[in-house]
Amino acid sequence: MDQPIVQIRELSKVYQHGDIEVVALNGISLDIGRGEFVALMGPSGSGKSTLLHIIAGIDRPSNGRCVVEGTDVGDLSETELAAWRKQHVGFVFQTFNLIPVLTAFENVELPLLLTGLSARERRDHVEAALELVGLADRMRHLPRQLSGGQEQRVAIARALVTDPTLLVADEPTGNLDAHSAADVLALLQTLNRDAGKTVVMVTHDPKAAAHARRMVHLEKGELLNGG
Amino acid sequence: MAIPIKYNLRNLRVRWRSTIATALGIALTVAVFVMVMALARGLKATYVNTGDARNLLVMRKGSTAESSSQIERSKVLRFKYHDEIARNERGDPVVSPEIIVLIQLDRIGGGNANVLVRGIGPIGLELRPNVKLIEGRLFQPGLAECIVSRKIASRFAHCRVGETFRAGKRTWRVAGVFDATKTTYESEIWTDADEVREAFSRSFYGSVLLRPKDAAAGEALIKRLEANKDLFVRVLPESEYYKEQTKNAGPIQFMGGFLAVIMSIGAAFAAMNTMYAAVGARTREIGTLRVLGFRRRDIYLSFLLEAVLLALVGGALGCLASLPINGMATGTMSWTTFSEVAFEFRITGELLAKGLAFAVVMGVLGGLLPARVAARKPVLDALRSA
Repeated sequence: MDQPIVQIRELSKVYQHGDIEVVALNGISLDIGRGEFVALMGPSGSGKSTLLHIIAGIDRPSNGRCVVEGTDVGDLSETELAAWRKQHVGFVFQTFNLIPVLTAFENVELPLLLTGLSARERRDHVEAALELVGLADRMRHLPRQLSGGQEQRVAIARALVTDPTLLVADEPTGNLDAHSAADVLALLQTLNRDAGKTVVMVTHDPKAAAHARRMVHLEKGELLNGG
Repeated sequence: MAIPIKYNLRNLRVRWRSTIATALGIALTVAVFVMVMALARGLKATYVNTGDARNLLVMRKGSTAESSSQIERSKVLRFKYHDEIARNERGDPVVSPEIIVLIQLDRIGGGNANVLVRGIGPIGLELRPNVKLIEGRLFQPGLAECIVSRKIASRFAHCRVGETFRAGKRTWRVAGVFDATKTTYESEIWTDADEVREAFSRSFYGSVLLRPKDAAAGEALIKRLEANKDLFVRVLPESEYYKEQTKNAGPIQFMGGFLAVIMSIGAAFAAMNTMYAAVGARTREIGTLRVLGFRRRDIYLSFLLEAVLLALVGGALGCLASLPINGMATGTMSWTTFSEVAFEFRITGELLAKGLAFAVVMGVLGGLLPARVAARKPVLDALRSA
């Protein structure tokens, strides 16, 4: 394997709920290589989402290091993290999280507004991304005019339109019917295989995880098979 | 680039009920603000329009208003023929000794009000070319006749041409109606100064209005008259005198400003409430925007902008609501003469801009705290909200 894109060393995350400490992650070490498709699996409360959030730069470790593409995410300030996220991370949510008042096109365009691209360049990028997820004909639709599967595909287009280092997905099929779920997983697989995208996906569904090239199991905040 | 403005505009449209309710509160406040300021401006404009820069007004030293000034007849004769004073085509000096008295007249719709009677010299009308007789004829001295302004004729009883009313020791007959649009004369009754003195038992005039030959002569005359200790007078351009009288608009402006500020506090709280609700309902969107890479500052500005847009909708509605009163006539009490002054509301582009600016201030005040709350939400907490 080349130099890993994600290097996690002795990572711990402890939440403080009043007097009670909840250990979400306990001394995890894990490498993810460029172009991998990794499924993080485990039961509820196993810490898989927490790990994903730390990799994506929306949560911070209590101890240990999480280095993504040479940057230790834990060292960045709030503002630096925001700038880092827009450049390196495309996030796909379980609940799609499209902005309801914006069209599919405008939702996908949102992250591009943070780049220096011209309106024309942005349009080209958005059209290409929507084309890639098979929704070029739904650009002017609002989220409520789309099916769940279509919404999730718009969300995937939004996640990859900036060409991020990592595509991270938190239970991307959790709110979808079997048919739409299969479509979304096939899309993630295509993006990984054909476009070379590194994908990290949290799921508790073995059928979904089967689409990944590698599975990592967590339980009670620890890796089961050593990563 | 920041979060696009269409995001805010569409959200305002989506929750149109609360948008309209809040905007109406702001609209009402802005309308009151614009209307009261239009009232004060109309009043000020009326005073400013009245004075003629070419005329000089002579009053007793220490007087700030014609109504509190007294000048004896003998003193008028001592300066009436000074060289600096212009002459008309008949060769008479353009000097009008004048006196004003207050009388009470019945309004047409019931009740009564103080009205100012101005006794003028034979040349008084020549000094005021903006005043025109529009009906009947000029009063004839010695016959207890008077002319009334158009507004007096329409607002007060017994003031039409040919009608009579009682005041002082006389019964006055209305000989004509004059038009003195947009000046304080529009609220006056004019007659002969000497007849007024007799009817109201005054031995003196109140003031003297005169026209110097030119500006230089005017300055020389001011110096000459004011230097004369026996005369004991103050001389100033008529236009300046009426500019001083604009302080009559002060109390209205103050009350209006006070009312608008109190109302704006309520409206700002309403805007705040609406924006808190918006932040609450869109917490997950805020989290999503943060994950996409938008900074706290972007979120803050976006919600603040939304509050300002909301307030601008209200401001525009308020300005529209106030427009119909532009040019509408009304009357108020003058605090120097204690008579009624008629004037028109004046809404200008500048006043509307101030109304909108006032709305923006309410929007900013209402939006600051909710925008701060929105910007400070931790990303994960925001994402987890329902």
